Amino acid sequence: MIKPMDGTKVLTKYKSYKASERASTIVSYAVLVILTLVWLYPILWILLNSIRTEYNDQNQLIGIVVSHYFPYQIGFDNFIKLFTETQFPRWFLNTLFVSSISFILATLLTLSVAYVMSKLRFKLRKKFLNIAIILGLFPGFMSMIAIYYILKALNLTQTLFALILVYSAGAGLGFYVAKGFFDIIPNSLIESARLDGATNAKVFSKIILPISKPIIIYTALLSFTAPWMDFIFARVILGETNTQLHTVAVGLYYMMYGERVDSNVFTIFTAGCVCVAIPIVTLFLAMQKYYIEGVTAGAVKG
Amino acid sequence: MLIQENNAKKRTGFHRFLASFPKFFFKLWLGIKKRFVAFGKRFADGSIGTKVSHIFMGFGNVYHKQILKGLIYFFFEVGFALIMIVSPKINATPIGGKAIVNFITLGTEAGDIFNPTDNSMLMLLFGVITFGLISIFLFTYFSNIKSSYKADLDVRAGLNPTSFKRDVADLLDGRFHIAMLTPAIIGIVVFTVLPTLFMILIAFTNFDSAHPAGQVLFDWVGFSNFADIFSGTGEISVRFGPVLSWTFIWAFFATFTNYIGGILLALLINKKKIKFKKVWRTVFVLTIALPQFISLLAMRNLLSEYGPLNSFLVNSGIINHPIKFLANADSPWTARITIIIINIWIGVPYTMLMTSGILMNVPAELYEAAQIDGANKRQSLMHITVPYILFVTTPYLITSFIGNITSFNVIYLLSGGAPIVPGYKAGSTDLLVTWLYKLTIDENEYNIGSVIAIMTFIITATATLITYRRSKTYKEEDAFQ
Repeated sequence: MIKPMDGTKVLTKYKSYKASERASTIVSYAVLVILTLVWLYPILWILLNSIRTEYNDQNQLIGIVVSHYFPYQIGFDNFIKLFTETQFPRWFLNTLFVSSISFILATLLTLSVAYVMSKLRFKLRKKFLNIAIILGLFPGFMSMIAIYYILKALNLTQTLFALILVYSAGAGLGFYVAKGFFDIIPNSLIESARLDGATNAKVFSKIILPISKPIIIYTALLSFTAPWMDFIFARVILGETNTQLHTVAVGLYYMMYGERVDSNVFTIFTAGCVCVAIPIVTLFLAMQKYYIEGVTAGAVKG
Repeated sequence: MLIQENNAKKRTGFHRFLASFPKFFFKLWLGIKKRFVAFGKRFADGSIGTKVSHIFMGFGNVYHKQILKGLIYFFFEVGFALIMIVSPKINATPIGGKAIVNFITLGTEAGDIFNPTDNSMLMLLFGVITFGLISIFLFTYFSNIKSSYKADLDVRAGLNPTSFKRDVADLLDGRFHIAMLTPAIIGIVVFTVLPTLFMILIAFTNFDSAHPAGQVLFDWVGFSNFADIFSGTGEISVRFGPVLSWTFIWAFFATFTNYIGGILLALLINKKKIKFKKVWRTVFVLTIALPQFISLLAMRNLLSEYGPLNSFLVNSGIINHPIKFLANADSPWTARITIIIINIWIGVPYTMLMTSGILMNVPAELYEAAQIDGANKRQSLMHITVPYILFVTTPYLITSFIGNITSFNVIYLLSGGAPIVPGYKAGSTDLLVTWLYKLTIDENEYNIGSVIAIMTFIITATATLITYRRSKTYKEEDAFQ
């Protein structure tokens, strides 16, 4: 039953609705601003520490963690020290070298496994899928020790080559997100090309790859940034003493928490962090669109 | 070949899963039987070339003028035989026939001034590698017979046996999957399967800090390391229960705080009235893009006793004395709660991004239908958006729970497992995986580390198998094709 309403009642109701909506928008903005502050608080702190240039009475740079958030004096002394007194430039080049090679290998492996698993049907396919899942469940460090000894038996430990092998060799197992992407490509596209006489290799290189830009970028982005982020594997394989071979993560970690801990290096450490973070974060932000697509696809596919 | 597979059989419930085991072994036995029958049939039916191929690999191919292919098979056999007989040494440890014996004994020479100690670890490793070589050989052996028999059949049918060139060309078409998978499989076998097998075996030895490889021999000890979890007074029996329960508590809270927080944040940012969505999102993407060793180590210092956060709280009169948040916390629960809260900072942006992606994909007709039915915004949020997100992200919830059981960075970089429990390596915030890392990397207690790794695997594997087999993704893999 519909009750007739008189005009003023409707108007007041509309007005109160408007008002509550405005209030809720204001609250939303307030919450967002507070959350933004919380999220940026530590990040800004790293930036501020990297440019903190305070000297004590003995004219020594104060590099420890201090209780004030905003620095009293700023300058680039930490960066100068980072590039002249530590091996950071070397670490940076090492990491760049490792990630440039391993991301190409890892992307190729991931995409080829994903495509085969998604679009080709052959005898042991389902078995391979199940084995891949089971292998993925073993904690990574479990095999790490063994990998260390295998590389040692091959006299490969403490080389960047070993690190490249470790980062790219396992990539074949991480095919799930890319497989989800290929699954959505309609089979009819492939079938018609096959009817026209194209080989499977042609179909993959001429038809599939050109339309797979999002997933190629997503895979490449993740495998390129992995060596910049990982310090667990790199630490085991490269060891603490061989400092000229370290990657940025290992080098910076040992700078803070190594055998000979010098608590006066925190600001130099943060300068290193800034130098690592700027290129990686820029890369991520530039590729944000593809990253979100990949994350969503991965989650939904499970 | 694009032949559609039948949908995987639907399985429901755990008992079905258990019941599948006897069926599996029965199938396995049938498979083996079938192979033997085929083997006998091929031998009886094959040409003289195929018969000789059973001893001299590749002979059948040469007999059918597939010279190159035959030679490859033959040299493979010769190479394998040489390795098995000569047993070449790498780092003073043989690989090949002798490695099988060494695999059983794990070394007999305890070492003195004249003889170096046998390296039990390398012997174990090379034993595993040798078994791997034998399996590769057997695989190639059968493929050699099959290939020769296929040439027989081709000749009988009046065809030419396939040329080497055509075999290679077929790798780009009919057998494209072999060409594509081989590099990946080699990588996986060498860097995942082999190491995993090796570490599983170590759990059955006494390879620990008292038996360093190459200095003291170690030996097989059966299941005694596993028995130590349940009895005995060592680190593993005392600390296993507490670490396991904290691992579960952590995984539960880490998963749900991030999940709920992420969804709420995504709903907030994606509200119609909110402007600059991309800017807000980017703020949070920063946390994902920042390498964790940077953000977590920064957090650790930010929260230190005389760090800026404590001094801010003291100066503004919220607390009287600095709080020890992490490694030196007075109560384990202070450190644990701090870690879970910091993990929200780390993890929520990820769920937020994922949910934002999903929100864009909610079918528009659902909203339209709701609008026609007179639903207001709140109703369509509660009855369409939220249920849709929950439905779509269930698989993610499961994988992220398992991911949190084996998550390493947050704990290791924030507290290093501390506050310490006096007398033991496992601190009160250590998870199974960080404990395992400490035991193996820092303390060289390889066997106990392996036992913990196997237990972790059993936990995650059980959870995954049960949920994965029930999930829609698995059952309806081909549904959208």
